[in-house]
Amino acid sequence: MSAATERARFGDLLAAEWIKIRSLRSTPWVLALVTLTVLTSAAIAAYGDYRNYPHYNGRDQREHVWSLGDAFPAEGCLTLMLAAGSVGAIVVVSEYGSGLIRTTTVAVPARRAVLLAKAAVTALLWTGVGLVCALGSFAVSQGILAGRDAAVPLTDAGSLRAVAASTLLAPVCALIGFGLGVLVRHSATTMVGTAFTLLMLPVFFSSREPWVERIDHMMVQSAWQRLVTLYGWGPEAYGGATVAGAWTVFAVWPLVAVALALLVVRHRDV
Amino acid sequence: MGRCEPAPYGGTVAYVIEVSELTKRYGRRTAVDGLSFTVRPGVVTGFLGPNGAGKTTTLRVLLGLDAPTAGTATVGGVPFASHPRGLRHAGALLDAQQVHGGRTAHAHLAALARSNGLPARRVSDVLAEVGLEAAAQRRIGGFSLGMKQRLGVAAALLGDPPALLFDEPFNGMDPAGVLWLRGLFRRLADEGRTVFLSSHLMSEMQSTASELIVVGQGRLVAAEPLSAFAARAGRRCVVVGSPDATELAPRLTAAGAEVVPESAERLVVTGLPADRIGALALAHHIVLHELTTRTASLEEAFMALTADHVEYPAGAAR
Repeated sequence: MSAATERARFGDLLAAEWIKIRSLRSTPWVLALVTLTVLTSAAIAAYGDYRNYPHYNGRDQREHVWSLGDAFPAEGCLTLMLAAGSVGAIVVVSEYGSGLIRTTTVAVPARRAVLLAKAAVTALLWTGVGLVCALGSFAVSQGILAGRDAAVPLTDAGSLRAVAASTLLAPVCALIGFGLGVLVRHSATTMVGTAFTLLMLPVFFSSREPWVERIDHMMVQSAWQRLVTLYGWGPEAYGGATVAGAWTVFAVWPLVAVALALLVVRHRDV
Repeated sequence: MGRCEPAPYGGTVAYVIEVSELTKRYGRRTAVDGLSFTVRPGVVTGFLGPNGAGKTTTLRVLLGLDAPTAGTATVGGVPFASHPRGLRHAGALLDAQQVHGGRTAHAHLAALARSNGLPARRVSDVLAEVGLEAAAQRRIGGFSLGMKQRLGVAAALLGDPPALLFDEPFNGMDPAGVLWLRGLFRRLADEGRTVFLSSHLMSEMQSTASELIVVGQGRLVAAEPLSAFAARAGRRCVVVGSPDATELAPRLTAAGAEVVPESAERLVVTGLPADRIGALALAHHIVLHELTTRTASLEEAFMALTADHVEYPAGAAR
């Protein structure tokens, strides 16, 4: 076996991981169910404002700053976070749980390359799901609000930012679940850990104490909130949270999760 | 540039499996303790030992899954983990249950083949080789253990590798499957490959392997051709029954035999065949009422050899 016949292309690993994800019967069902839930929650939120619109005061009707918020209600966002985090974790935990990881590692002894390929495919898949959910939510909610002439255009800077943040929320959460899955390996523990980190942890920092608020701003959910809502001008209205800070939070969490995973997988017995 | 097909295995590269002073500890438990042996290409080598002897651990270290605590384990002269892609260097079946039940046999193999840049054609080739073509599109979760073993063998063959390592490959196989697998192993060895099989049953190895590595409690017990092991183990003895056993015994000893009295009228004789014992008794007018040749089975020999090395002896603890 000379080096000439040996090809070690990263693209092959990406393709292999894609085959693995695609060949599971549950994948399309989970993705369809998540998308449907997210779109439905946006429709319900928009319909609520549509019905109550006649009772709003003149300024609320004129400025309708709540319109964008109807596209991204908490129910949809939390569902997407939970689903992306869990499925991201399952991608690795199912391999460790079944022992398939040993077959994979014998086939590809370059463990970190396999892990990177898995992370890349997971991130790409959930970016796609996130984009469909974000654009769909926006279209459904603004379509309903257009009936009251209270829709906002997608081309607004605020709308584009909100759609981008909601799109990226999915891969960010998926990679956090992914990293936890590699660190913990045990399926039930990973699931609880992922749900806790993404959904429960921010609740602990909901106080108005300045130092507690600063911690809260480091949470993924809070960062997403900062990026999708428009209800004031300047950082004061958001307890000091900045847009740049929120994007940084979106970048740091998944990077740290994947970096830790790459670190432990190198020397650990499979 | 087109796809590089794996070169048909020509037996030009000898992939020797070499374990040298290998020690592996998990916490305070020592699974493998200073183990050294060599497995050569062209023959089927059996890796025998009772449960808990360290066979699986040794295979895991050989395949780069576990890091050795001390010593080295190489396949083809290098640690297996140093290859970026493994399937062209060694095929392995560690545990047939280690698959995702939700995937089809075809998808499972297709992902493995793709990860190593092997052409998709190899998937149908190996499925045909192990007789699973008809089940290719079925989900693995519904497979019997025997079918999963076949799938595991198919995965091991994907890269047409010069070295093959199997952990308990006969588990869950029906008699037809066992026969097929034996034939396959012999053929793979005849093609010049290194074939290394672990088992805790001597009977499985007896008609499959020609070389043996026997381990017990993580240490080497024997490394020799099966025939040598059999000759050593299967030393024949003759049971002689006679009312004049006490008179016969010294005459047998004088003729070069080793005599162990079993009772007043029964002797166990080694080193002298039954016909010579009969002739000797006749010459001295000694009446015999029993003359039986006994051959110890390989299984018994293996048990005797590893008796001191069994980790969980039955009935020893309360």
